[in-house]
Amino acid sequence: MKSYLQEGTTIASWLTTRDHKRIGILFAIAITFFFFIGGAAATVIRLELATPQADLVSNDTYNRLFTAHGVIMVWLFLIPSIPSVLGNFLVPLMIGARDMAFPRLNLTSWYVYMLGGVIVLLALALGGVDTGWTFYTPYSTMFSNSWVAVTLLGVFVVGFSSILTGLNIIVTVHTLRTPGMGWFKLPLFVWAIYATSVILVLATPVLAITTLLVIAERLWQIGVFDPAYGGDPLLFQHLFWFYSHPAVYIMVLPAMGVASEIIPCFARQRIFGYRFMAYAILGIASIGFLVWGHHMFVSGQSVAASMVFSLLSFMVAIPSAIKVFNWTATLYRGSIHFDAPMLYALGFVGLFTVGGLTGLVLASLSLDVHLTDTYFVVSHFHYIMVGGSVMAYFGGLHFWWPKITGRMYADTWARIAAVLIFLGFNLTFFPQYLLGVQGMPRRYHTYPPEFQVLNLLSSSGAVVLAVGYLLPLFYFAWSLRPGGRIAGANPFHATGLEWTTPSPPPKDNFEQLPEPPQEVYGYDPAKDPRHDPARGGAMAAEPVR
Amino acid sequence: MNGESDDRLHSAFQLMAQAASSNAHHTDLIFLTVFVVCGAVALGVAFTMFWFCVRYRHGSGAVHARVGTHRPLELTWTLVPLAIFIAGFAWAAHDFVSLYRVPPGATQVYVVAKQWMWKLQHRNGRREINELHVPLGQPVQLLMTSQDAIHSFYVPAFRLKQDVVPGRYTGLWFTATQLGEFHLFCAEYCGSQHSQMLGRIVVMQPAEFAKWLGSGTEQPSLAQYGFARFRELGCSGCHAAGSTVHAPSLRGLLGRTVHLQDGRTIVADENYVRDSILQPKKDVVAGFDPVMPSFTGQVSEEDIQALIAFLREGAVP
Repeated sequence: MKSYLQEGTTIASWLTTRDHKRIGILFAIAITFFFFIGGAAATVIRLELATPQADLVSNDTYNRLFTAHGVIMVWLFLIPSIPSVLGNFLVPLMIGARDMAFPRLNLTSWYVYMLGGVIVLLALALGGVDTGWTFYTPYSTMFSNSWVAVTLLGVFVVGFSSILTGLNIIVTVHTLRTPGMGWFKLPLFVWAIYATSVILVLATPVLAITTLLVIAERLWQIGVFDPAYGGDPLLFQHLFWFYSHPAVYIMVLPAMGVASEIIPCFARQRIFGYRFMAYAILGIASIGFLVWGHHMFVSGQSVAASMVFSLLSFMVAIPSAIKVFNWTATLYRGSIHFDAPMLYALGFVGLFTVGGLTGLVLASLSLDVHLTDTYFVVSHFHYIMVGGSVMAYFGGLHFWWPKITGRMYADTWARIAAVLIFLGFNLTFFPQYLLGVQGMPRRYHTYPPEFQVLNLLSSSGAVVLAVGYLLPLFYFAWSLRPGGRIAGANPFHATGLEWTTPSPPPKDNFEQLPEPPQEVYGYDPAKDPRHDPARGGAMAAEPVR
Repeated sequence: MNGESDDRLHSAFQLMAQAASSNAHHTDLIFLTVFVVCGAVALGVAFTMFWFCVRYRHGSGAVHARVGTHRPLELTWTLVPLAIFIAGFAWAAHDFVSLYRVPPGATQVYVVAKQWMWKLQHRNGRREINELHVPLGQPVQLLMTSQDAIHSFYVPAFRLKQDVVPGRYTGLWFTATQLGEFHLFCAEYCGSQHSQMLGRIVVMQPAEFAKWLGSGTEQPSLAQYGFARFRELGCSGCHAAGSTVHAPSLRGLLGRTVHLQDGRTIVADENYVRDSILQPKKDVVAGFDPVMPSFTGQVSEEDIQALIAFLREGAVP
């Protein structure tokens, strides 16, 4: 049977495809491109910050660099990363469907994303934007001399891609589950992507409205946000964070979904507390809509509002804590293998835990007064978004690479990369917590000399991190060489319907609609089918060609 | 108080910057507590994961068996964090509220932020740029606004930060507890020279501070300047007692409860005065006609602050 990769090999066959798997790959290529652009900006930032003085770039260039880094990483990489790449590829396979509910809409979403990405690149090429990814008013509407409107137009357009993909996934999960696949037989990855999609559909329109209002105020002084025209600058912050806080969960819920697939598979154990895990996802998705004001404790917001937002921010940490405890408990009495995906997943749990706990520090009102807008915040959200989301995205890529490409990469190299990323990440970002505690504000191009030691540590960590992020490009590419190692349908002996089709899957995924398994995560550590990976590789399973 | 020996005391624990205000010690105490609790949880999770990974690695001699759901365990690790979180919330909220309770007798300093400098003015009219001199052990209250973008007044040694927003006043108070000079940072991104919008807080002995405050060129106090503006702008034409135009009296206005035309009741604060000068139709006092014109464009931020100082301290008609 022909695999989906063999159904047409021309560029045109890819650009007009309606196959969810190919669209996932189109997204993967695009976001990888943007990941390295955003990463290049971060590299220059860390180089500049190695010394207290300005020695590499001017202050205006620096401000444009951290803005470009934020805009690209948030909207062009992180938000589409797991949902649009792995979600697209895997959700239909996992629920036993032949495609998404709206295949054409799916392709449209990619084109809309590309259009938005090109507009953002255009703004960069024209000279960039210097407002920070948060676009706070009235700086963005009144005082910035940079390409604010063009960039926001790009963000506005990309938002529609989010909405279309979210809509598609919601309808797909509701209508295309194979007969017998009840909600509580869904893999937690599907739960996570589903909840994420609901957030995408509900929150992104608010971002769209807000960007349009900023553009209109910038062009025509309509007086919504700028007090000089009778507007209210805090209104912008409320609207912006009403989207952007749930956006954090758009980035991290899918990561939780990935970890919930990988950890049971390599511990050969059922996920501990499946129902609590599913409810926790829903809890995070809903309470996550009610905590946006914790970004505004020192903004001039009322004390009463700050109290409510603080309490709710503590509450949203409860389901996150449950998830961490359940992943840990899943290891108990398992039969644990340490292949590359597992290393990434364990790294994710550790880094997410640190990011979550420091989130509690920031949710504490009097502590936030000191720590907000310092490097403590920078470090906190990088632990969540990079230590959490990117680590999990990489884990997911390594876990499903055999399914996506039919090839097995060099596991030793993959493990080296996982360890390098974990160490490099901590070396880069842990010093930033200390910088924040000592009071170094974020978005500083130059800084007082007493902060140099920690900044230098952070910059050297960034070098290790960069190497870790570049390595997978090579061993993934190498695995695709003619004669590369064939993975087989289910190299990790994982449960889940996606592993019941050949690797790579045929265009329509399943010859016959599959029966859902008796039990989701039906692993049994006492009957571990896996040999000891003595050669440092995944399994010596019999390859299926 | 000996500043040097204090420095040595604090250098014992260098995780946080020097603590130099009355609230900083409260903040540090809760930070250390939260740090220890969170650190214990993080280490606990990490240790448990590590231990499970070693003990239950594939091929180890330990029992490898399926584990079912354990509801009591799950409820425990749901409810125990809930209780801890509520305690943490309440403690930090308690400290936070006290940041908004200005002690009586606090000295006002008026602050205007602009790209990229801090302009500060003491009540006696003494002005400073990017520097704020304050007396040791006496409460100081800042009344702040911005002339352009949002800025943020941040003194790490005081553990205090407050955004400075155009179009309104925000406030901040502190009592310095250590002599010396401390960083003042702008903590809200405000454009090209955001990272150069720096200043310092100079904490002095009260006697030295009084001397410093009285030195410098002779100038009218802020309230006197406010009175001059009050007459030049023609405010007294309507708001004076014997005026022919019917306008509310401004005597003792700040802190007074004001009944408005639309039935609302508000306590007159600095933002109310500011809005009433710039947007007089926003909060019309009950029993008066909305006849006052807006003074937008005729008064600077410094003028409005001087008018407030006059209303607060001067012989208001």
